[in-house]
Amino acid sequence: MSATKTIAELSCPAPLPAKDTVLLGHGSGGKLSAELIRDVFLPALSNPVLARLDDQAIVNINGQRLAITTDSFVVKPLFFPGGDIGSLAVHGTVNDLAMGGATPLFLSAAFIIEEGFSMEQLQRVVNSMRQAADAAGVQVITGDTKVVEKGKGDGLFINTTGIGLVPDGVEVSAHGARPGDKVMLSGSIGEHGIAILAQREGLEFESEIQSDSAALHTLVAEMLQVTRDIHCMRDPTRGGVSSTLNEIAEQSHVGIELEERTIPIHEEVRGACELLGLDPLYVANEGKLIAIVAPESAEAVLQAMRRHSLGSGARIIGTVKKENPGLVTMRTDFGTTRIVDMLAGDQLPRIC
Amino acid sequence: MGVIPQHLPDQRQDYFVKYLDEYRDARIARALAAEIAQRTTQPWVLMEICGGQTHTIMRYGIDELLPKSLELVHGPGCPVCVTPLETIDKAIELALRPDVTLVSYGDMLRVPGSRSDLFRAKAQGADVRIAYSSMEAVKIARANPERKVVFLAIGFETTAPANAMAVWQAKRNGLKNFSMLASHVLVPPAIRALMVSETNRVQGFIAPGHVCTVMGCSEYEDLVRDFHVPIVVGGFEPVDLLEAVLMLVKQLEGGEAKLGNQYVRSVSYQGNVPAQQIMDEVFAIADQKWRGIGSIPRSGLRLREEYAAYDANRVFDLADIVVDEPAECISAQVLQGLKRPPDCPAFGMRCTPENPLGAPMVSSEGACAAYYHYRRHTIAS
Repeated sequence: MSATKTIAELSCPAPLPAKDTVLLGHGSGGKLSAELIRDVFLPALSNPVLARLDDQAIVNINGQRLAITTDSFVVKPLFFPGGDIGSLAVHGTVNDLAMGGATPLFLSAAFIIEEGFSMEQLQRVVNSMRQAADAAGVQVITGDTKVVEKGKGDGLFINTTGIGLVPDGVEVSAHGARPGDKVMLSGSIGEHGIAILAQREGLEFESEIQSDSAALHTLVAEMLQVTRDIHCMRDPTRGGVSSTLNEIAEQSHVGIELEERTIPIHEEVRGACELLGLDPLYVANEGKLIAIVAPESAEAVLQAMRRHSLGSGARIIGTVKKENPGLVTMRTDFGTTRIVDMLAGDQLPRIC
Repeated sequence: MGVIPQHLPDQRQDYFVKYLDEYRDARIARALAAEIAQRTTQPWVLMEICGGQTHTIMRYGIDELLPKSLELVHGPGCPVCVTPLETIDKAIELALRPDVTLVSYGDMLRVPGSRSDLFRAKAQGADVRIAYSSMEAVKIARANPERKVVFLAIGFETTAPANAMAVWQAKRNGLKNFSMLASHVLVPPAIRALMVSETNRVQGFIAPGHVCTVMGCSEYEDLVRDFHVPIVVGGFEPVDLLEAVLMLVKQLEGGEAKLGNQYVRSVSYQGNVPAQQIMDEVFAIADQKWRGIGSIPRSGLRLREEYAAYDANRVFDLADIVVDEPAECISAQVLQGLKRPPDCPAFGMRCTPENPLGAPMVSSEGACAAYYHYRRHTIAS
């Protein structure tokens, strides 16, 4: 688009065709991300394992089911209340393995560092990775380092890949939700996203909101001890609970109905969201999981979750339905029903 | 008036300085809905002006709680929706200039102009930044004297004082690299335009609480008198809106037309006088084009002559342009309350938030987007 003359020539308004450039929204975990995967990555790289689009790939090697996942971390700020890019890079990948029911074993770590980055900060990040890995019982067994010229990166990016083993009889996938299943959430939502946003924007609240960043595989193991009737598991990271549930509804061809009053949200997070015009259902979590469980096992799973420190706030928040396949709806406290939609891109603060 | 009815349990003591729980209390809401149903003996058409109110109505399903004979139609109070395409095009054109930094509120970035939006301009390399307040743009200008910083200032009377303050500060500090692309609209002239229209169906208005927090209620007295139409200033939570509806129904059923204030916890009769003073210092009232509606006399704000050096329209060589809306889009009727979004044949089919034909489908405050996001499962395709 040249700077001066084009506008006067235009006549066709709104529709936005342009698929010619990548937008920030393509990385939001919302509809634009899904489009990118559908239109660019899947056609080029297609195979049956990839096509499942779960958080992790599960492949069978000599009778062992191996779970593999990879994730890149570009969080700003690098250090935030409750964690940093290093611990997050461990937790995020461990959780993606855990959501497939896998026991995480090994990680790789690749660092893309901008020239001029503080050595002291790098050391802190790496130490934090080590602590997180030790706590999670995984080892970083291979890695890579690249340094890019000043201005060509944003301080530090980390990629981690994880490998784990799926125990016999465990079958969890975003495709497995069935009508009648219960939707379970391991605790209160929105803390990671708000902690990051508050730090980034210099917002101060009465009590500091901590990221919930944590490795969830021991919680998952406790849940799988009780029953193998867990049909889906996902950690609601980017795009929050709503995007995750929309993906499950779509991939499982079912409707999901939530009960508004059952969704746990901390007062501080609620207040921050109110102030910023955000909906906590769309705010990222890094230490929570959603499980879709057969109704007869729901209570037992709930009790198992509550016994674990990372699931003490667990609740049943909804039910899987035959009706409205592909849609997530919510029964409000008023007795009315509304859609909980997937966002196109990032959630934006409203003007007023 | 404007308090929760006497016979309802009073929980205000416990909750008053908490968030907004009491105004989202389902028990209070149901009691109000029951009283509305009991008092409604004939059909009435009510309009909530503000997009934030529309959003709440759809989100909580307030319309489902009301008797069938009460029709809520949605007004033109979505600032993003009524910002003319030309303004967005100008902003994009400015943003793409290499020496310009364009700053605006988050949801303006997604609004399509004729061919592009600010997000795409950003992806093309334009320096576009999101701000939470116009003062941040002034700060950016001060920190980057080599950049020409333009703040895209849109909105109703709610955002106008802060935007005026930014210009005033810039002038006081002698900033040479800050300007404002302003497209401000005013509520009372829009209500007047709706009332004089031959096609008007609206019999009572819920006036926008945030606008009135700034402007007070006094300027709505003329409208009530001239058109014998009840107007109640309302808040943005479900209980606020139900209470405002009840206040309107009581008047309509009793043959009255008065100005009421439901949103007393925020709105006074005079409003925020210093805010009005700074607006008046920087802005003058002018004719204004509303997207989807057309030009309404004396319904907008432009920068005064004394502040011409901060008016992006004058600082930059921006040609006047005219673009048309897609013929299929019925946003003009939607924004005037003549039609509801699901009445549009393109709704949810050829017009979605990803591929909008008109602004009410783009903005989170737009009536079409509110129906699409919250209620499309109830609309027969």
